[in-house]
Amino acid sequence: MKDNFLLQIKELKASIDNKEILKGLNLEVGYGEIHAIMGPNGSGKSTLANVLTGRDIATVTHGSVTFEGHNLLEMSPEERAREGIFLSFQYPIEIPGVSMVNFMKTAVNEQRKYHGLEPLSASDFLKLMREKKELVEIDSALTNRSVNEGFSGGEKKKNEIFQMAMLEPRLALLDETDSGLDIDALRIVANGVNKIRRPDTSVIVITHYQRLLDHIIPDFVHVMYDGRIVKSAGPELALELEERGYDWIRKEADVSEESWTTDQK
Amino acid sequence: MENDQDKILNDVTSGEYKFGFVTDIESDSIPAGLNEDVIRLISSKKKEPEWLLEFRLKSYRHWLTMKMPTWANLRIPEINYKDIIFYSAPKQKIAPSSLSDVDPELIRTFDKLGIPLEEQKHLTGVAVDAVMDSISVKTTFRETLAEMGIIFCSFSEAVKEHPSLVQKYLASVVPYTDNFFATLNSAVFSDGSFCYIPKGVRCPMELSTYFRINASNTGQFERTLLIADEEAYVSYLEGCTAPMRDENQLHAAVVEIVAECGAEVKYSTVQNWYPGDKDGKGGILNFVTKRGICKGDDSKISWTQVETGSAITWKYPSCILRGNNSTGEFYSVAVTNNHQQADTGTKMIHIGKNTKSTILSKGISAGFGQNSYRGLVKVLSKAEGARNFSQCDSLLLGDKCGAHTFPYIEVDNPSAIVEHEATTSRIGEDQIFYCNQRGISTEDAIGLIVNGYAREVINKLPMEFAVEAQKLLQISLEGSVG
Repeated sequence: MKDNFLLQIKELKASIDNKEILKGLNLEVGYGEIHAIMGPNGSGKSTLANVLTGRDIATVTHGSVTFEGHNLLEMSPEERAREGIFLSFQYPIEIPGVSMVNFMKTAVNEQRKYHGLEPLSASDFLKLMREKKELVEIDSALTNRSVNEGFSGGEKKKNEIFQMAMLEPRLALLDETDSGLDIDALRIVANGVNKIRRPDTSVIVITHYQRLLDHIIPDFVHVMYDGRIVKSAGPELALELEERGYDWIRKEADVSEESWTTDQK
Repeated sequence: MENDQDKILNDVTSGEYKFGFVTDIESDSIPAGLNEDVIRLISSKKKEPEWLLEFRLKSYRHWLTMKMPTWANLRIPEINYKDIIFYSAPKQKIAPSSLSDVDPELIRTFDKLGIPLEEQKHLTGVAVDAVMDSISVKTTFRETLAEMGIIFCSFSEAVKEHPSLVQKYLASVVPYTDNFFATLNSAVFSDGSFCYIPKGVRCPMELSTYFRINASNTGQFERTLLIADEEAYVSYLEGCTAPMRDENQLHAAVVEIVAECGAEVKYSTVQNWYPGDKDGKGGILNFVTKRGICKGDDSKISWTQVETGSAITWKYPSCILRGNNSTGEFYSVAVTNNHQQADTGTKMIHIGKNTKSTILSKGISAGFGQNSYRGLVKVLSKAEGARNFSQCDSLLLGDKCGAHTFPYIEVDNPSAIVEHEATTSRIGEDQIFYCNQRGISTEDAIGLIVNGYAREVINKLPMEFAVEAQKLLQISLEGSVG
């Protein structure tokens, strides 16, 4: 019944305003695996997150993406979310006047409805919220406020992890979750992710830096450059990148790939 | 992305008006058009006393000298008063003294609208006066209220049974010369609600009037008069719907509130007149004069309105703060979608010492809707220590709608403190996507965001109506984000 991979991306090409950003990306994520995607600015990491979550900023021009064997690209953003894809936003959005309680209740019950479950009663919901708050060490005052309104950068990131805990995704995409976090917040966020994870939950960590990967240990590290994954290896690759920067990747990639494709055009 | 926006804007049509049905009931209408004979006919049909007929005629003669106001930020279609039927009553053999006398078709209509006229089935504890076209159909809970000395009945009955009260207060807040539409109303008003809360009585239930236009080519001109005597309290709610029709229908109502010493009146409106179709065809033209006077010291009048209907809304519920330490409040959410236009706001006139007013206006524009806030804060020279705080927020959905703010501030006392804040924002695609990414559909996301935006006002409504208002906001804006 189960597909071999939770997520399978084949030869994915996507453009923004007719400019190709993803140029034939391949990636396979198995159940329960943690993948880190690293790479310099502008390599297409965030575009990948947009394409996977269905944000219409980017247009897919080629290739396929399957989630448990289903064509992900045909699903609406909310269907993808209900199927269990969760994005921890790089810049979480403020929604004034909408309480976290109301927001999460709507989200959780929409997901339950999609899976044919009854909505949670108010008391069960509040109980769930309390449990998850403790799990991710989020200050209870935050959940009484409007969604992200007036939250500090760190609070917003913690709030993302709290939402992730509430929705129990099967694939979590952490988009630059470490940016703007101090050491303590980083630890809380990383611990949160580790505690939330069930054995078959997969995670894709998109990051610039090694430091988050000290806490969330990846099974695979991929380097993205110019719209493609140009190098994949174990966690040691992250350390190498931390030491040597991206320049050597750039050179390697340019020689082996980029000049070639430009000539072909 | 442009295409998406077009598509989404087109989806606006999916939010259909739910109350657009017509009741097939025989009505007693007079021929269209207006002249002194028509006014005499209305008055005689209602068996009115001479003084009231004189009031009507005086108003009519004055109206003939007036011109329709054009200062509002509205494009108003020509209104041909010759084509309007000024009086239409659902035919009933006798005035209903109990529910069994009311035409079953009428009862079904109000049931469909969620307004049960049967008291024993009414669990919410709300007394209702139901008005269809020109007459009041049934007022519930009258007897219960009467035991406390509260008078709650149709305006016509009040004229018969409490003529001295009516004569004392009618046009005492909105004089017959006030404005084009109020003057027209004074000449031709048909029915409406009358309410009197005696000294020291707190009305134990919500009082509510439900207005329904049914007959075609008919204008609705109801008149509401609410008096809270010393230390009295009442919370009053008004709701309205109309069938979907291709032609515009005129609604020109007058509401007057009097609050004596220490009295408090809370007046809430959920206005859901037919807004016209998606191309702007048809819909109610809503020209309403609502005004209250805080006549005695320490009195308070609070207006809360949720305006989602009508093709055109022209309405400025106002407070004259004459008593010392009196308080006026105005909380408003106005939605304009498709081709709806609204020019609405308030006037706070500070006359007494230490008078306070609060204005909170939340405009929401979508489609091609145009939404204007127009508000006056006036502090007279004797209003020592007057305070006002105004906040006007506008929310835009899409890029073809408009939001406008016209604040007027006139201060003649140096001790006054007047504050005005205004914001304009837009529902961002990023907010919608954020909700989508949590599994919330775009429609539900808009509902959440709009209700979050309007929450401070919705919270002012009586509980059972706040839920209705929330749903209504969502329905009125279904799919309208770009």
